[in-house]
Amino acid sequence: MTLIRKPLSRRSILRSGAAGGLVLATPTIFTSRAWSAGYLNEPTGDTVTFGFNVPQTGAYADEGADELRAYQLAVKHLNGEGDGGMLSTFSSKALGGNGINGKKVAFVTGDTQTKSDAARASAKRMIEKDGAVMITGGSSSGVAIAVQSLCQEAGVIFMAGLTHSNDTTGKDKRANGFRHFFNTEMTGAALAPVLKNVMGADRRAYHLTADYTWGWSQEESIKKYTEQLGWETVAAVRTPLGAGDFSQYITPVLNSGADVLVLNHYGKDMVNSLTQAVQFGLRDKMVNGKQFEIVVPLYSELMAQGAGENVKGILGSSNWDWKLSDAGTQAFTKSFGQEYGFPPSQAAHTCYVQTLLYADACQRAGTFMPSEVGKALEGFEFDGLGNGPTLYRAADHQCFKDVLVVKGKENPSSQYDLLEVVEVTPRAQVEYPAELLGGELGSYNNGV
Amino acid sequence: MSATPTPTRDLLMFVVFAAAVLTMPMWLAPIGAGYPDLLQKFAIYGLFATGFNLLFGLTGYLSFGHAAFLGVGSYTAVWTFKLLGMNPIPAAIMAIAASGIFAVAIGFVSLRRSGIYFSILTLAFAQMSYNLAYSVLTPITNGETGLRVLRSDPRLFDAAGQGDGPLVSTLFGIEMSGYPGFYFCAVLLIIGFFIAQRIFRSPFGTMLRAVKSNQNRMNYTGLNPRPYTLAAFVISGMYAGLAGALLCITDPLAGAERMQWTASGEVVLMTILGGMGTLLGPILGAGLIKYFENIFSAFNEQTLHRIFGFLPDFLETPVVAITSLFVGEGWQLTLGVLFMLIVIFLPGGIMEGFSRIGRMFRRSSGAKGSHQTAPAE
Amino acid sequence: MDVFLLQLLNGLDKGGAYALIALGLTLIFGTLGVVNFAHGALFMLGAFCAVSFNKLITLQKIIIDPTKTTAWGTPLEVRTPYAEAMFGDFGQWLVNYSVPVSIVLAIPVMLIIGFVMERGLIKHFYNRPHADQILVTFGLAIVLQEVIKTLFGANPIPQSAPDAVRGAADIGAMLGFQAGAIVYPWWRMVYLLFSAAIIAGVFAFLQFTTFGMVVRAGMADRETVGLLGINIERRFTIVFAIAAVVAGLAGVMYTPILPPDYHIGMEFLVLSFVVVVVGGMGSLPGAVAAGFLLGILQSFASMNEVKDVLPGIDQIIIYLVAVVILLVRPRGLMGRRGVMEN
Repeated sequence: MTLIRKPLSRRSILRSGAAGGLVLATPTIFTSRAWSAGYLNEPTGDTVTFGFNVPQTGAYADEGADELRAYQLAVKHLNGEGDGGMLSTFSSKALGGNGINGKKVAFVTGDTQTKSDAARASAKRMIEKDGAVMITGGSSSGVAIAVQSLCQEAGVIFMAGLTHSNDTTGKDKRANGFRHFFNTEMTGAALAPVLKNVMGADRRAYHLTADYTWGWSQEESIKKYTEQLGWETVAAVRTPLGAGDFSQYITPVLNSGADVLVLNHYGKDMVNSLTQAVQFGLRDKMVNGKQFEIVVPLYSELMAQGAGENVKGILGSSNWDWKLSDAGTQAFTKSFGQEYGFPPSQAAHTCYVQTLLYADACQRAGTFMPSEVGKALEGFEFDGLGNGPTLYRAADHQCFKDVLVVKGKENPSSQYDLLEVVEVTPRAQVEYPAELLGGELGSYNNGV
Repeated sequence: MSATPTPTRDLLMFVVFAAAVLTMPMWLAPIGAGYPDLLQKFAIYGLFATGFNLLFGLTGYLSFGHAAFLGVGSYTAVWTFKLLGMNPIPAAIMAIAASGIFAVAIGFVSLRRSGIYFSILTLAFAQMSYNLAYSVLTPITNGETGLRVLRSDPRLFDAAGQGDGPLVSTLFGIEMSGYPGFYFCAVLLIIGFFIAQRIFRSPFGTMLRAVKSNQNRMNYTGLNPRPYTLAAFVISGMYAGLAGALLCITDPLAGAERMQWTASGEVVLMTILGGMGTLLGPILGAGLIKYFENIFSAFNEQTLHRIFGFLPDFLETPVVAITSLFVGEGWQLTLGVLFMLIVIFLPGGIMEGFSRIGRMFRRSSGAKGSHQTAPAE
Repeated sequence: MDVFLLQLLNGLDKGGAYALIALGLTLIFGTLGVVNFAHGALFMLGAFCAVSFNKLITLQKIIIDPTKTTAWGTPLEVRTPYAEAMFGDFGQWLVNYSVPVSIVLAIPVMLIIGFVMERGLIKHFYNRPHADQILVTFGLAIVLQEVIKTLFGANPIPQSAPDAVRGAADIGAMLGFQAGAIVYPWWRMVYLLFSAAIIAGVFAFLQFTTFGMVVRAGMADRETVGLLGINIERRFTIVFAIAAVVAGLAGVMYTPILPPDYHIGMEFLVLSFVVVVVGGMGSLPGAVAAGFLLGILQSFASMNEVKDVLPGIDQIIIYLVAVVILLVRPRGLMGRRGVMEN
């Protein structure tokens, strides 16, 4: 692995001190935080530091590992190593593969443990100790929102990783925070018409919903859009997070008269509830003269792997898929696959894209100052990053792009080929007015 | 504590402790821990563990639900911010009061049982609090996202005061984040340590130790141990509440996961790791666990290559490959190994290690240690 | 009616799982007096015996096909399982029945793990304070978890039940109700029967063999048994190994219901402690009874009719019941005086 070898800086002395017991440094109290700078952690040397804050332990550790791979690949490409990946297909040509604003990109990593407290502690370390100008990552909306508000208070930019709740760019949006990933509102808008086409307009749905913010947000969006199309919601039952065995929630579905089960679960909850729902014979059932169906609104490749053959034929939505045929996707999949030997997940994709977008905005703004970088991202129209023409909306810092409706593949050709794209829902169909989700951006904080 | 405590020794210990805590930013910098957030965490979790030790170390009652008080303290502090204003002092007082009341209720019920039955009762109460805070109590706790101070909150006393700046706790104009926040926590840790030291040396402390060594004998002498244990439980709950409040004073966000059993388990581990029943042990244990969590998890292959860069290439690659199993995403492995090594070789925790070193130096003068420990192997 | 019956089935099924997990723990915890925080890890290791066995028999021969390439430009690998290539039909049968067959692997593996754990570590902690036992077993649990995570990753690994018992059975039709009203997965019924069999086996072993008699005597009064010249320590090693096997088998058979990952043990750890303590320290029947009681109550608390009245009750029911029982009965359902009370 090629590395960015920095000259012996204060930080690297601290690190080698930590390992070798070398006591040789000025206490940071005298040197950290250059107050003279125009913004927090203004890079003064020849490098600029990003903070990659992903879950490395706990249930989402594999997803976090994939995100970290994508970040490292992005840093390589930004510094002009490797084949350049999506830099060559990106519509903005500001970046030249020689770092950003003449500075090489360095990074620090941390473990969020998928807990708000740990994630904030880790992000604070990156800001206070390592001098990161931008924090990115996340595999859960609660954590993303917590870190986003921390970055707002501290005065650095937060580029959200995988977070699907409306709140991230709705009720809890912040000026310093930006999200490329889609949300439950878009899932509802994209998924509902496909559900109607496949299953008909006369359906009775039963929701099982993870009992926390993201679950409720997902349930509400799906209800809203399916009911508009004529579906009826029989019941929406809340299940505790991490319930493990869902049998006591699944049996009431059997005789409820419902003919569709919507699983508003993510991660391990989804793996377990889907596996068990299939075991209860729901998919072989006929209700009201119709085939019983299961829907999983938010899919991820890792979840599909965890649920195994139970995902076959089950519909859901996705932000991106490596099998898309546009040039950006192909370039990224090639570059990632050559580096690591398997295709990237949608989590890896969104993290890679976020890094590139941030870097590009800094280059165009000519500075790393959060307020200037933010303005460069606001209203930015771009293409070539795997999702077709995309807009970073100024009003809520949310990306608008096509949404994929996917289905568990019946005959996968390999262990990575688990989902197939059923439909690419055009951007126009998933757009909504920024006021719909409430919240207020506030103003940029540069940290000084 | 190998020597008999005397008032002079206690005073000396207290002064050294206070000086050590206040100079932490200096002497922790070389090992990479000299930044405000981690220093704050050292002080806060040190306080939490000190309080926990007042119950567990003295009476032997193992509460497996102490994180509930940490959570209650946090939520109370944030609600105080939301309703009254961003001054940390009312928040801390309200948090201590609320967690105290909560501790009276839980303690009164749980202390009717002893041993493992007590542990499971406290665990059950904490898990109920956690599960409810995460889901149905969302209007009060803001569930998964965590409770935060919003610009639209009433904040009776200072709503007009702050314009567009970030909403952080301020004490007379000093923002309680960064180093000022650390010193605020450090001062409270020192006060907490002082109180704990007084309790250890008081007749009340002796009574609590009596509960631990033989409750039956105490009953026979006509003393009812319940009021003493309840008092210890409530005091220890208040320490936890204050720690919870400090978490929010330095960073105004309260999340439900602070009440989960893993958080309760963490403070148990901190105390045992450092040495239960000793004054300094729990603080050291807390520091060690937080250090691993924050620093060891931050090493990645890039940092390792930089550290071992001095090795020749054919050595560097395997060394990095092996070390990377124990840092970054493998930091918990190191922690697990550390737990086992310490308990196998140092029964009695880190403090036992110190007193062994102390004994080694005194052996020549014929002094005898107070502990008689059998090695595990 | 059907809703009620289904929840009863759920409760029994959950109860079977809880009882089985608690049974192993209560052998170690209630009788040997060791606070074993690594019990969840034993359950997890059992589950990964099934995973390893499945991986082993589905080991694939990789042939590189240079004429085709992957999306990222490297030559395509074509994989065929060895077992199928070598044994034909038997290989297929083996893959199909991998979960139940892996019991054959799990029993010796868990026996060895239990034996090594007891001789190498736990033995030295019988007379140490509970605090030390907590720290050492918790440390061990973390280490075991991390090893599994390094080997198998953090994502759940799906295991399927044999085809013959994969779907759901129409119990309603069998009992003469309307067809399709009461269906229940075959595998869950297999699990219930399996746990009943294991529980009965352990009870019979302790009740009707000389060995069991000595162990029971040792639980009641270790000193006297020692004075009689019986080496109770050696028997305890065997008890520990049996407990490890019971935990491991519970894990193996649970894999088709819950795809296992490295963290699965921690999720059952707290629950199994609650079940054991509610059952009463030192009582095997107590642990089993508590397992079924908590399982059934949890199922009924999750009914929509109950949740409408008491929102969130399903999330806390286990702990609520634990509190009530421990307050009404000081030593749980059937606890013995003086075990772990101070």
